[in-house]
Amino acid sequence: MTTNPKKNNSGPISVKNADERLPIKISEKSGVIFNRCYHCRSCTNGCPFLKAMDYYPNEVIRLLQLGQTEEVLNCSTIWTCVGCNTCSYVCPMAIDIPALMDSLRQSAIAEGIISEPDVLNFHNEVLDSIERHGRTHKLEIMLRYKVKTRDWFGDLDVGLKMMAKRKLDLSPSRVTDLKRIRRLFSQNRMEQRHE
Amino acid sequence: MNNAIPATLSYFPGCSLATTARENNSSLVAFCRTQGIELIELEDWSCCGSSSAHSINRDMACSLAERNLSLAPPDRPLLVACPSCMLRLSQAQLHLKTDAEAAGRYERMWGKAPNRSLEIIHFFELLEHMDLERAAGFSGEGLRNMRIVPYYGCMLSRPPEMRREKNYHGLMEKVLTSLGADVVQWAYSNRCCGTFLSVVRPDVVTPMVNEIMDGAISAGADCMVTACAMCHMNLEIRCNLQQKVPIFHFSEILSLAVGAKVQNGWFSRHLIDPRPLLRKKQMIA
Repeated sequence: MTTNPKKNNSGPISVKNADERLPIKISEKSGVIFNRCYHCRSCTNGCPFLKAMDYYPNEVIRLLQLGQTEEVLNCSTIWTCVGCNTCSYVCPMAIDIPALMDSLRQSAIAEGIISEPDVLNFHNEVLDSIERHGRTHKLEIMLRYKVKTRDWFGDLDVGLKMMAKRKLDLSPSRVTDLKRIRRLFSQNRMEQRHE
Repeated sequence: MNNAIPATLSYFPGCSLATTARENNSSLVAFCRTQGIELIELEDWSCCGSSSAHSINRDMACSLAERNLSLAPPDRPLLVACPSCMLRLSQAQLHLKTDAEAAGRYERMWGKAPNRSLEIIHFFELLEHMDLERAAGFSGEGLRNMRIVPYYGCMLSRPPEMRREKNYHGLMEKVLTSLGADVVQWAYSNRCCGTFLSVVRPDVVTPMVNEIMDGAISAGADCMVTACAMCHMNLEIRCNLQQKVPIFHFSEILSLAVGAKVQNGWFSRHLIDPRPLLRKKQMIA
């Protein structure tokens, strides 16, 4: 299980040399105008996941405004955010914070900076499952995730309870036109290679 | 949808309702049947992309949502049961309507223009349009003596670009009250359930879920009612308090209340067994 080695939580942000390339790329890709943020902290006040974040949501935006590329791509917040929209719903400047987090996370992946590998492992397992069946197969996702993270016994009790209640199906619910699904994935991989 | 509910709707169940939350699916279909609404499952539907696609691969998130839109028959609205699928599909539809580039990409991928007039509606929309005084089974006050806290999770929160789309604050309260329930206001109705962090960071999600359950108990609730199958699962599997109240899918409690035929497989699949409560309230034998 990961902890947050860089736990910052409301300490001052020390500014290093600004690099504007990432902020420009993020605003182009996500379409989010994060310079609107004036740090009222409505997002941070409402976020249910602060305890698992090294930088608060508005601080991530601050890092971007200050061009602190390395710091922002390495932070745990961009992985912990689940995109529940609690923040963006109350943002007085209508900043789509989850879309910003998505875009930052995808930039971090492109740079090979994965500060919360378990989160990425989980997302990858979900997408792989969709590629295989066209739908998510929860038992398979859980098992493969456990293998990847080498966490063999964590949640064994939960898994067994779910099996007993027949909540985890042994075989997947599948799409018939799997060819089409797999073509979507292979096209996507080609496009990503070209980028 | 302006006024009347069509008698036949396309139906997108989504992965959770097709598997782990089958009781949600079956009770939803049963409830619709009592109201004379027939649901036709979208043929060969696939995963909406879930949280994971938009988290790590924006283009796949579009493609996966769009495949389902491309399958929808043009002549009837598409009903979506899961709030998360609803957000993914309706956001994709919004982009196709407003973004020429997205529409062009769709056309190249699916060999036809997007159906901009396709209506995507959430299950709540049906209830919104029902005349609750006349609807079948609603006069019996089937939830008399039941003290309920409604739990929406994050379903009412939406990205800024969707702020002007329809929303449903207070809908569960309105419907449950019309069925005679004692609906309690509480602090946690819009608190996120933790979604995938339930798998990756149970250490973070367990205290959150316990706080929600504690909130329900201190509100004096007999039970919680959820609108989302994932919330239902996270609340059930991650709560490790001694004292717990049962959690119903909204569709289950509706079906019970209006006298739809309750099937064996519904309540036996809950990790927090609701049957003792239902027997005490004389709602099942």
